[in-house]
Formats: sequence, structure tokens, C-alpha cells
Amino acid sequence: MVVLGQFIEVLIGGLLAGVLYSLVALGFVLIFKASGVFNFAQGAMVLLAGLALVRSLDFLAARGVPMWAAIVLGLLFAAVVMAITAALIQKLVLGPLVNQSDLSLFMATIGITFVLEGAGQMIFGSDVYPLSLFPTDAWFVLDGLFEGGLLVNKLDVWGGLIAGALVAGLAIFFQRTKTGRALRAVADDHAAAESVGIPITWIWFVVWLVAGLVALVAATVWGTKLGVQFSIVFLALKALPVLIIGGFTSVPGAIVGGLIVGAGEKIAEVYLGQQIGGGIEYWFAYVLALAVLLVRPQGLFGERIIERI
Amino acid sequence: MKADVQERSGAAGAGHAGTDRAIGDVLLSVENVSLAFGGVKAISDVSFDIRKGEIRAIIGPNGAGKTSMLNVINGFYHPNQGTITFKGTKRHDMRPYIAASQGISRTFQNLALFKGMTTLDNIMAGRALKMRRGLLWQALHWGPALWEEIRHREAVEKIIDFLEIQHIRKAPVGKLPYGLQKRVELGRALAMEPELLLLDEPMAGMNLEEKMDMSRYILTVNDQFATTVALIEHDMGVVMDISDRVVVLEYGRKIADGTPDEVQRNQRVIDAYLGISH
Repeated sequence: MVVLGQFIEVLIGGLLAGVLYSLVALGFVLIFKASGVFNFAQGAMVLLAGLALVRSLDFLAARGVPMWAAIVLGLLFAAVVMAITAALIQKLVLGPLVNQSDLSLFMATIGITFVLEGAGQMIFGSDVYPLSLFPTDAWFVLDGLFEGGLLVNKLDVWGGLIAGALVAGLAIFFQRTKTGRALRAVADDHAAAESVGIPITWIWFVVWLVAGLVALVAATVWGTKLGVQFSIVFLALKALPVLIIGGFTSVPGAIVGGLIVGAGEKIAEVYLGQQIGGGIEYWFAYVLALAVLLVRPQGLFGERIIERI
Repeated sequence: MKADVQERSGAAGAGHAGTDRAIGDVLLSVENVSLAFGGVKAISDVSFDIRKGEIRAIIGPNGAGKTSMLNVINGFYHPNQGTITFKGTKRHDMRPYIAASQGISRTFQNLALFKGMTTLDNIMAGRALKMRRGLLWQALHWGPALWEEIRHREAVEKIIDFLEIQHIRKAPVGKLPYGLQKRVELGRALAMEPELLLLDEPMAGMNLEEKMDMSRYILTVNDQFATTVALIEHDMGVVMDISDRVVVLEYGRKIADGTPDEVQRNQRVIDAYLGISH
């Protein structure tokens, strides 16, 4: 029973941690779906959103604004910052690059990364800022069944709930609305989308705005977990295996990929780590991704690449 | 081009005869349009017009500048010289968004469909400009946005019935055979309820039966919805059958313009197609 209890605990912890990876991966998927661009800047956008949020919270709290009002205003402020960022990226970077190759656009997003990192820290500061939007203590559940109960982190549960709501909303938006359809259309073929009167510049703004808002949501959870700090940028690296496993074009894929990575690396760490010396958590996801690439290059949920010859 | 004795000939053509469709005033005219890519001249000083209600063909050997001309009309290319007048508004160049919102829709030579999306979604995308509800309503997916979605879905179903593609409604178009993809692309263009429909080789790569179907769709669209059609096509039989007037390009220049009969008899056209020099 102790063995089973430990396994379940590790599994739950892993799955919930995986949801947090999914939150970051989602931002990538959105932009990739709508513009065919791998957005290297997603990690930097999480950092920027987090900094805007935590600094405005501190600012408001220091002036005696009640907590709930500060949170609402802080989220609004951060959302506006992400909207301005989206507009600037569209205007200054993507606009001049319409109809250029995907590789040029990808390179441009690397540039965007550096600008966002630099500008974000110049404006909002570069320390580690603690954020406490969600409870970080733990529950012990199923006390009767397992000795001492199972440890479940409350923050992880919050992350899971938020991610679930986010995915449901995005799925409806993408599949059932005019703008969602236009987003998919632009991703498939710029010229065809233009020919039916879809305004590409507006669509790209919407995409980057939505990706920015997803980054903000990710920042609330990750910021609470790690504190808002520069190393959040490297979350982008952890999202990469998630995307490869789930498929770059699939919102559900980002979620399932996150779960597989989260659960996989925790289980590997606990059960395999003892045999081969630990530290597996840091590279296990990449091995999983490599295995998926060999068998199913488009990822578990990715759209099969259709080429007519 | 002095040789264009036919240029001023009447509108009603030999082909597509027997119907008494009203061919109206000039809907679109291009005047002295030139287009160059670096040193390569794609179009040199070409003028012609398209009248309301007619089927206008643009023909010519490969590399004559036909597709470039369509791209100029719908705003993908901006001409170096010349003007485009559509519905009385004279412009130096078109923009795709303006062309689309003013009532010009098109299909593409090599198909430009949204391959990952279903037939239904592809054609619904053609309604993008007709759907007005804002992002917020759409995000809620409720109320006015939902009613609007349902209303446009009805219009799209009519097009699907018309083109006889009910059975592939939910299929991702990337997996369909070529002929059906061409039909879906036509459906998307029709969903915009265009005044001017530009078709870039609508029958390329089709067998005889598919060509006959496609000709029937084009004629019906032209007849019943009074949609003006401009098409590029290599199948001369089809061109002479369905079009009212034909403009012929060669090496980016206009060499003839007139009814199918006149164009067929034109010596320069015969030379261009047979490659005779004298």
C-alpha cells in the first residue's frame, strides 16, 4: 500500500506539474497555428507579463489599495501591457515581413525575445519578485486509505483548473467563431486568406494578443511557484519537448504533451533515478521527445503534413 | 498595339450565345498597366476592360503575364505604371483587402485552400467579410454571434448544394482529389457573393467530365447571379464556348481583344500559339 500510495502521489504531482508546462506550450501552439511561426519569444512574454503584474501589484499594495482591487487592476494593467506589446510586434516586426519565409519570421522572434527581456527588466526591474496569488501549501488527501495521506500541492491544482478553463475557451474560440476560423485560414495560406478579405494584420495582432494573455495566465501560476524572475524565460525550453510530443498545431496536444512530460519526468526521477544516479528530471523530457520524433514526427495530435506530389 | 482592329468590337460574343443576358457598362478597366520584377517585364502597357455581366477570358501562351494581371486586379501585385478602375473608382493599385471588400473574389492557379480545414470551414472563411459581430461576442459564442453564424451557415449550405459537394462537407480539403479541391475553392470564392469573380485556370488538370461540370457551374453563376467572370484558361474549346470576349496576351503585351470568333481568326494570335515568325 505504501508503494502504491507513493506511486499515485508521484503521478498526481507529475501530472499537475505537467499542466504548468502545458500553460507555456499553449502560447507557442496558438502562434504556430495562426502564423506558422515558432515563437521563440513566448518565454520572454511570460516574463514580461509576470513583471508587469507583480510590479503593479506591489505599487498598488504600497498605496493601500485593497488586495482584491489591486489584483483586478494589476491583471488589467498586465493585459494592457501585453496588448501594446502585440500591437508593436505586429507593426514593427511582422508587418514588414508579410509573405517572407517562416525561417525569417522565426529569426525575428529571437530578436523579439532579446528586446522583451531587456525592455521588461529595464522598465520593471530585474530582481526576484515574489508573487502570491494562489495558496502554495498542500493538502493531504485519502488519509484513511494511505498512511499519512497523499500530498497534493494546492498551487498545482489551481494551475490545473486554470489550464482546463483556458483550453475549453480557446477550443471554442478556434473551432466555432469567425475570428478563430480566420486565424486558422491565415496559418494555412496567407494569399488565400487575403483574397477572401481576411485582414492579416488584424489577425496577427489578435494572435499575439491571445498568446500574450496566455503568457499572463502562465505567469500568474509560475510566478507564484518560482517568483517572477529572469529564469522564467527558460520555461520556453521546457515547452519544446511538450510541443514535440503533443504536436505543434494542437491545443489538446499541448495539454496531453505537458501531462506526459510532467508525469514522465517525475516517475523517471523517483523510480529510475535511484538506479542511474538521479538528475533525470532535467533531461528525461528531451529523450521522450526524441522517441516521439522517431515514430511520429508530427506529434501525437499534430496535423499530418499533407503534400500532394 | 496598332494591330488591334478588333479591339472596339461589340460585347456579345459568339460563344455562350443564345442567352439574352444583359451585358452592362464597364465594371473594371485596367489602363496602361505595366509590371516589372527587377529587370523582367511581366506586363507592358496593357489596357482592357471587363463589362458587367459578361464572361471575359484572358488567354495567352505560358509566361504571357495572365496570372500577373489577375494579381494586379486583386491587389497582390502593385503595378509600376497604370491604373485600375473598379466600379468607377480609379486607383493606382489595389489592395487585397479592398478588392475583397469591394466585391472581387478569386481562385488560384495552383489552389490556395486552407488544407487543414474542412470543406465547410473553407467556404465559411469566404464569409469572413460578411460577418460583423465583434471579437467579444465571438469569444462568448452566444447571442448575436451565434445567430449570425447560423445565418451564414445557411448561405454556405446553398453553395454546397449548388456545387454538389455535400458528401465532403466535413472532410479536410487537403485529402480530397484535385477536381473536388478546385470545386471547394470555387465555393469559397462564391461565398463572398462577388460582383467580379476571377478564375485562374479553373479547369487545369481536370478530365473532360469535370471540365463540363465546371463550365456548367461558371455559366450558371454568370446567368443566375449576374456575376461577372474573368477567367484564365488554356483549354481553347472551353474558352471559345463560354466566354463573351477574349483578351490575348503574349510576352506581357496585349496582342488581341475581341469576341471568340474574331480572336480565333486573328493572325497574330494564331502565330503566338503556333510559334510562327515572319
